[in-house]
Amino acid sequence: MIVANRKNVQEIRDMIKGHKRVLLVGCGTCVTVCLAGGERETGILGSALRMSLKLIGRGEVVVDECTIERQCDDAFFDAIGSHGAEYDAICSFGCGVGVQALAERFPNTAVYPGLNTQFMGLLESQGVWAEKCAGCGNCRLGEFAGICPITRCAKHLFNGPCGGSREGKCEVREDLDCAWQLIYDRAKNIGSLDKLEEIALPNDWSTALDGGPRKVVREDQCIAGLGPKA
Amino acid sequence: MATYEPLILAFCCHYCAYAAADLAGSMRLQYPNNVRVLKLPCTGKLEVNFILAAFERGVDGVFVAGCLEGGCHYMEGNLRARRRVERAKVLLSEIGLEPERLEMFNLSSAQGPRFAEIVTEMTTRLAELGPSPFRPARGAEEGVREMTKQAEAHLTDEAHGCVAA
Repeated sequence: MIVANRKNVQEIRDMIKGHKRVLLVGCGTCVTVCLAGGERETGILGSALRMSLKLIGRGEVVVDECTIERQCDDAFFDAIGSHGAEYDAICSFGCGVGVQALAERFPNTAVYPGLNTQFMGLLESQGVWAEKCAGCGNCRLGEFAGICPITRCAKHLFNGPCGGSREGKCEVREDLDCAWQLIYDRAKNIGSLDKLEEIALPNDWSTALDGGPRKVVREDQCIAGLGPKA
Repeated sequence: MATYEPLILAFCCHYCAYAAADLAGSMRLQYPNNVRVLKLPCTGKLEVNFILAAFERGVDGVFVAGCLEGGCHYMEGNLRARRRVERAKVLLSEIGLEPERLEMFNLSSAQGPRFAEIVTEMTTRLAELGPSPFRPARGAEEGVREMTKQAEAHLTDEAHGCVAA
């Protein structure tokens, strides 16, 4: 899932400076699960913003909230419908995708991010999320015993470990497991240590963000005549 | 302000603080009458938005009173509540409101005198802090009544089934 965390109340208050009617839009998917931007969190930030605005003498600013099922799918914006046009600013409590989707849907309204989108990750334990995938577009997890060296090795090494691996920990941070130690241990467990003897070739980064924003097209799913958006 | 009397909303656990408040009454203990009690089935039911909703409606202070640590009927509801209170305090600071207006207490159902003490302590603290800047001109009573009604409707709603009416 996409993991995010909230911005400071004052930062959001300063972003919406100058607007008179602001709609906070929560997202019911990833950011609800990571407790950053679901219905409850959006409500909390709504309350906090209204109070914060009142304290600086801007109590007349209308701050309303609504949460839709998913901000990364245009179909769910119908739930906001024409109400969106009643506001002169929208603050999204979705990930960066949601913010941009709202900006596309409401071309004449200022759109702001209420969250800092962090990464694609996994719930490690209650309240703790860890980064696992960089979305490089060319998954090579099969070569590395199912542990991603791009995301989990601080140096993104394909042929590790480096000299900074100390008793299973990374030299960058003491609490950080050395990804290459994890790869080695797991490869040993599953009997695929031989794979690590092969030199891993450099990645084709053109499939990652370095090749510009990416698009996935499934021709068989495209509606005839409409095709993918240019 | 000589006439300022703080209005306090107390989120009380059904098993301890609520019973302690009841006991304080039975014991005819005297304590400031400016506290409004909102019963929760467990303080673990408390969410940060309940606390902020209370402040937004203009109460001067909020306290959360749960069972003694280790004594929660639901194992760790009171410990969760403490963490939520701490989070709410961070938010209050970001808003610009004194976090001291919010506090978490632990007591047992047998501690009626302690309940009276807590109310007195909070009243003194809030008297020093002064009225909430969000206090409506007509007072916060109406907002508190509204919150209490909503909470009662929510808690007696079969779908939520926490405490049957």
